[in-house]
Amino acid sequence: MSVAEILEGCAAEVTRDARAATEAQRPILRERGQREVFCGLTGIIWLHRKMQDAFFLVVGSRTCAHLLQSAAGVMIFAEPRFATAIMEERDLAGMVDAQDELDRVVNRLLERRPDIKTLFLVGSCPSEVIKLDLAKAAQRLGAVHMPRVRILNYSGSGIETTFTQGEDACLAALVPVMPALPANAPKELLIVGSLPDIVEDQFLRLFAQLGIDRIGVLPARNARDLPSVGANTRYLLAQPFLGETAMALEGRGARRIEAMFPFGAEGTSDWLRAAAREFGIDAAHVEQVIAPARARASRALANLRPQLEGKRITFLPDSQLEVPLARFLQDELGMELVEVGTPYLHRAHLARELDRFGPNVRLSEGQHVERQLDRVRADRPDITVCGLGLANPLEGEGLTTKWAIELVFSPIHGFDQAADLAELFARPLRRRDMLEV
Amino acid sequence: MQLAVWTYEGPPHVGAMRVATAMEKLHYVLHAPQGDTYADLLFTMIERRGKRPPVTYTTFEARDLGKDTAQIFQDAAREAVARFNPQAIIVGASCTAELIQDDPAGLSEAMNLPCPVIPLELPSYQRKENWGAAETFYQIVRQLADKSVVREPREGRKARANILGPTALGFRHRDDLVEIRKILALLDVEVNLVAPLGATPEDIGRIGAADFNIVLYPEIGDEASRWLERTFAQPAVRTVPIGVGATRSFIADVAELAGADPTPALGDTSSRMPWWSRSVDSTYLTSKRVFIFGDATHAVAAARIAREELGFEVCGLGCYSREFAREVRAEAARCGVEALITDDHLAVEDAIAAAAPELVLGTQMERHIAKRFGIPCAVISAPVHVQDFPARHSPQMGFEGANVIFDTWVHPLVMGLEEHLLTMFREDFEFSDEAGASHHAAHSPRKATPAPAETAPRELETVGAAQAATVAEATERNAEMAQALWTEEAERELKKIPFFVRGKARRNTEAYATAEGIAPISLETLYDAKAHYAR
Repeated sequence: MSVAEILEGCAAEVTRDARAATEAQRPILRERGQREVFCGLTGIIWLHRKMQDAFFLVVGSRTCAHLLQSAAGVMIFAEPRFATAIMEERDLAGMVDAQDELDRVVNRLLERRPDIKTLFLVGSCPSEVIKLDLAKAAQRLGAVHMPRVRILNYSGSGIETTFTQGEDACLAALVPVMPALPANAPKELLIVGSLPDIVEDQFLRLFAQLGIDRIGVLPARNARDLPSVGANTRYLLAQPFLGETAMALEGRGARRIEAMFPFGAEGTSDWLRAAAREFGIDAAHVEQVIAPARARASRALANLRPQLEGKRITFLPDSQLEVPLARFLQDELGMELVEVGTPYLHRAHLARELDRFGPNVRLSEGQHVERQLDRVRADRPDITVCGLGLANPLEGEGLTTKWAIELVFSPIHGFDQAADLAELFARPLRRRDMLEV
Repeated sequence: MQLAVWTYEGPPHVGAMRVATAMEKLHYVLHAPQGDTYADLLFTMIERRGKRPPVTYTTFEARDLGKDTAQIFQDAAREAVARFNPQAIIVGASCTAELIQDDPAGLSEAMNLPCPVIPLELPSYQRKENWGAAETFYQIVRQLADKSVVREPREGRKARANILGPTALGFRHRDDLVEIRKILALLDVEVNLVAPLGATPEDIGRIGAADFNIVLYPEIGDEASRWLERTFAQPAVRTVPIGVGATRSFIADVAELAGADPTPALGDTSSRMPWWSRSVDSTYLTSKRVFIFGDATHAVAAARIAREELGFEVCGLGCYSREFAREVRAEAARCGVEALITDDHLAVEDAIAAAAPELVLGTQMERHIAKRFGIPCAVISAPVHVQDFPARHSPQMGFEGANVIFDTWVHPLVMGLEEHLLTMFREDFEFSDEAGASHHAAHSPRKATPAPAETAPRELETVGAAQAATVAEATERNAEMAQALWTEEAERELKKIPFFVRGKARRNTEAYATAEGIAPISLETLYDAKAHYAR
């Protein structure tokens, strides 16, 4: 059954994607309305843990501060390396100069936290609306505090960024300050996208075994140890939400290695093979290197397959991880994709993933949450992947859900996490069957 | 600009959401950008509600600015009314929408919607969550109360009361309400209306039919109750029945307004707290030093219970709501301490470190502060986290609330006899004071080694995990810098005192030595000071 048949009013929304050069045939449901998603500020919750010498100062409102403490139940963090400079009436009414106020707050912060080496001034909805120039502030404050502290800025505002796009904006802000790779330097690999440390180490070991030893990671664990970039950089995206960062890297001469994203045994193999091919590594050697971990992943997935095979799944838009994760669940666990919603669909980066989707997968971009929930109620999938605001209400209606945010906060990339990833989807289903209350 | 890591209160539109979510058949159309929907999870995850809050967010984007954000608002409002068919809607702006000045009030007025529209003006850059809730409730009552519905003559009917204040995401509001209804039933008083929790806009229409109002949570219900006092001449009961004494006063106040006999309610046999507190094994609670911080209502109530019903010594008292600072200052004066009125949790942390309490009663923030300091803690006030929305009945109000409070506050402490044994046999390698109270399921031995005595400036938001030592140890470290103050022998003796009182012993001894002009502190000085401070 097509969307148009299920619900009146949707037919007009199904449009042919004009931008798609590669597969002009797949219809996309584009929607506009209430979005039940986080803004880009939320990325700070993992970025501040990833970059251990960086501090994130949101220039925003009480709402921003409240979001950050509520979003992930983050009162669990004893020592967050983030804070909010809350704008007050005086700042808006012009009674004080907002730039002076910002200087005062930053100076106080840097005095109290001498361990900070990189400070991100993070724009928010209110700071963008009043056009508070954070680039100018970063430049001015940088002149005072360099070389001890590098000061950068990006916007994580909800009017411009959705959830993981905050990481994209942050990494894009780092690209201009990456050292230049000399024109005559040998080819280097750059892995782009923040990964849990344990996963990053697994990948680095694999690349070393493959024989790629000139390798950098963005973001680096220390924001001051940025990798170099230049015309001989070949970058490999580890996350599917890094459009702006990719453009900035291209702007510095780097070229993207086309690959699937490293989820599941297939995705991870494709990702590693693509890099190896680019570096001219013998294919037989590649297979030999990846074989043990790949076999391990396949064995572990085989255990979970019976629980997931044939189960129907809907993704509501959240992190832009939806498309590659859906591909993994379809290809490696035999799940049936009902609707795959994503806040933003990057056609070029996801081309290889989209190729794998069956013809009946409903692909939607953007959100009108009420209409989307109507579709979920009509489809009644076995499991719905959604944000924290929707999960309990859907459970209350008898629909099994998976919190999308866990997919962003758990190690799910690579061979040795493939079964953990599958388990995140299997557990709610198993629990539903276990409970007799 | 104010530098903040955590905030005690959200923005005022979150207060409005708490009112809207508590009510039935009311919808909130909120002009807001993408991302402000995070507030939904406060209700669906933290409070574990099985329903979405009745809020439609307009979700405007950067590209809409200066073009058609007003149109987006009108479309969203029209769609929300058609889809949810509410009896009334409230409309307003979040912090960002306030800046673009679309005037949701004017826009919705021009739309001729088929239900009453209540516009909210909640200045996000001046006010906070509780104020937002109070203002929203006040506006709803003001606009929906039917002025022709007034109370009938008292002859031949029971007295009727409105219960004002309980909202969604309130600290134990659900359970408090059960206790209040119990008391009113014993006094033969009818409940005309509970609001906002569970009320529909149509219910609000008959708010004037009650003989009087009961303001359970002044932070939320007081403003509306004052308007009702003026408009319907309804008197209000403002005693908040948290604690045995306050519950008794509450019963007396309600009985007086209702013309009822208070005896059956006062004689409630389920009130166990007084005996639990008088029983001999509570003796060890005497003069325990307690630091209290929360919203004004709960902080003041906690201070009274601590002093009068548990025999604690209040060594610090404060609240984060400036609007109710006067009440807290008055209670602090009775406790002989200076009130701490601040919404800066770093200032609270400093005050706790300085006061060296044996128990902290606070919010989720103080729970974290206390955890870092290794001080027992119980939660008495919002903001709270998911673990403070228990499945079981767990009120704060009424006699059962007092029973719950006794258990909750005493549980984190090391029990009396155990405390003695720990003092007597401090060097037992298994039975250590640093392992925590033995009736706690999860506890692990603390590292005996003190944190490195570095002099790095204290980190912005916390004394830090690396410094997650007890206050006692923190104080010890400072003292190590001025080692010359203590003789080695006296220092060794001090270490035989359990850690939960060691900080206090050190402070008292040093204060005594300074006052007496004694240096260095010897074994004699230590015991002289002990005698001096004997209570």
